Amino acid sequence: MRRIRETFEEQIEQVRVDVTRLASFVVEMLSDAMRALVDQDEALADKVILDDDVADDLDLHIEQECMRLLALQQPMAKDLRIIGTAMKVIADLERVGDYAVDIARSAKTLADEPYFKALVDIPRMSDITIGMVRTAAQAFVRADLGLVREVIEQDDEVDRLWYHLLDELVQYMQQDPELILQATHLLLVARYLERIADHVVNVAERVSYMETGRFEDLALSHTASWTETEEGGEER
Amino acid sequence: MEKDTTTQAPITPDITDSAERPTGDPDFLQAALDPGRTGPVQSGEEHRVKIETRDLRIFYGDFEAIKGVDVTLRDREITALIGPSGCGKSTFLRSLNRMNDEIAGTRTEGQVLLDGESILAPGTDLVSLRRRVGMVFQHPNPFPMSIYNNVVYGPRLQARLSRTEADEIVERSLRGAALWDEVKDDLHKSALDLSGGQQQRLCIARTLAVGPEVLLMDEPCSALDPTATFRIEELMIELKEHLAIVIVTHNMYQASRVSDRTGFFLLGELVEFDLTTKIFEDPEDERTDAYVRGRFG
Repeated sequence: MRRIRETFEEQIEQVRVDVTRLASFVVEMLSDAMRALVDQDEALADKVILDDDVADDLDLHIEQECMRLLALQQPMAKDLRIIGTAMKVIADLERVGDYAVDIARSAKTLADEPYFKALVDIPRMSDITIGMVRTAAQAFVRADLGLVREVIEQDDEVDRLWYHLLDELVQYMQQDPELILQATHLLLVARYLERIADHVVNVAERVSYMETGRFEDLALSHTASWTETEEGGEER
Repeated sequence: MEKDTTTQAPITPDITDSAERPTGDPDFLQAALDPGRTGPVQSGEEHRVKIETRDLRIFYGDFEAIKGVDVTLRDREITALIGPSGCGKSTFLRSLNRMNDEIAGTRTEGQVLLDGESILAPGTDLVSLRRRVGMVFQHPNPFPMSIYNNVVYGPRLQARLSRTEADEIVERSLRGAALWDEVKDDLHKSALDLSGGQQQRLCIARTLAVGPEVLLMDEPCSALDPTATFRIEELMIELKEHLAIVIVTHNMYQASRVSDRTGFFLLGELVEFDLTTKIFEDPEDERTDAYVRGRFG
């Protein structure tokens, strides 16, 4: 019995390791996609698109492993929460990979003509977003609620940048219809990054559940308290 | 990118709007999540108190097998008692209809209240107590007589029954134990010819025949195959519509499948008692956690 359980613990540990591998992999996809966009590097964009199959395989592999453990080991308590969390988290991570592919596709579309303006806010947004994926993965592996909070807080900055870019790019398009193709793709990229950050917030919420056993909408409660303090404050 | 804010107002929503995101119509959510389910009780849902123990202590000679247990067991719920062998869960179960009295050298202290009245008081009518609080044992133990006579044995001890009355009790009890359809044409065959699972359901029917309010089950499925086990579990879920069930089981998965609340016993102590989902998803005590995760010892 003891030996069976020891092996089981190793298998759960392996699930954790695999989830981190998936996280690192999509982080790499995302930074490659962003580099492809900024450097207008079509070959790199192609690599990201191909990488998606690897991310999908890894996702499927982890899901199968989790299903196997559920079926054969009937995990309880913390073990159950780890496996349940892993299954949810990999879906979000796989989605991050999909968005990296979307960014790579936009990068390919924009590869031929110079940008009408140097990219500043979008790389800033992607730096934060990539950081969030890393932090969320660490939070999962180390079961660290402090890192969970960090991720939730960073999402606000990403949201602010997204709305800022939306205003700005729409204005550019209104002023000069020649810019519509470029600005639309840049807007899409900003949107993808904003969506990625939201998926990462989901990951953080699952990690919180894994540790505390409570399902909480951390992003909502965080935003609510943030609004309250803002209302009393001076500017937004 | 630089932003020129002089030309027009931003078209984006105020991002603080997200704080007022609709969180869903609670009635709709409830309906969507709860389509007439007969699942386990939820947090905050509480049926009437059926049995209560207060500082219950049970001794076998000098050995204290139960060390001061306070617990509330509710009507129309299934309570599972889990824990390693020798932890006291069966001793506790037997105290609820004073079956420990049958074991020489047993002494009980504290209180056991059934509907608020002590069952330990001197002069308690044990026959009537055991009619109200019936018991089903690990090994099916039908009497060596016909199926029919097994069921009416108890009621006949209490009263003279007409043929029609007896027939009614037999049918009602066998239906209650989900055995009627399988045996209705063979009521006068020997109970010993039934399969193990059928014998166990017959024992449940025999208990139901005297109209119990509480059903105590001591490892009722450990001698049964998975199909028979599943039958008994389904039966328990049906029966809890009418009575309180307390089950001792070594099978944690059985406890997690059927029960509303679970108590974890260890070395005579009730370590943790809570909703079953809580015990198996996020127990408070680390000993419970180790036990349900199979990391014990």
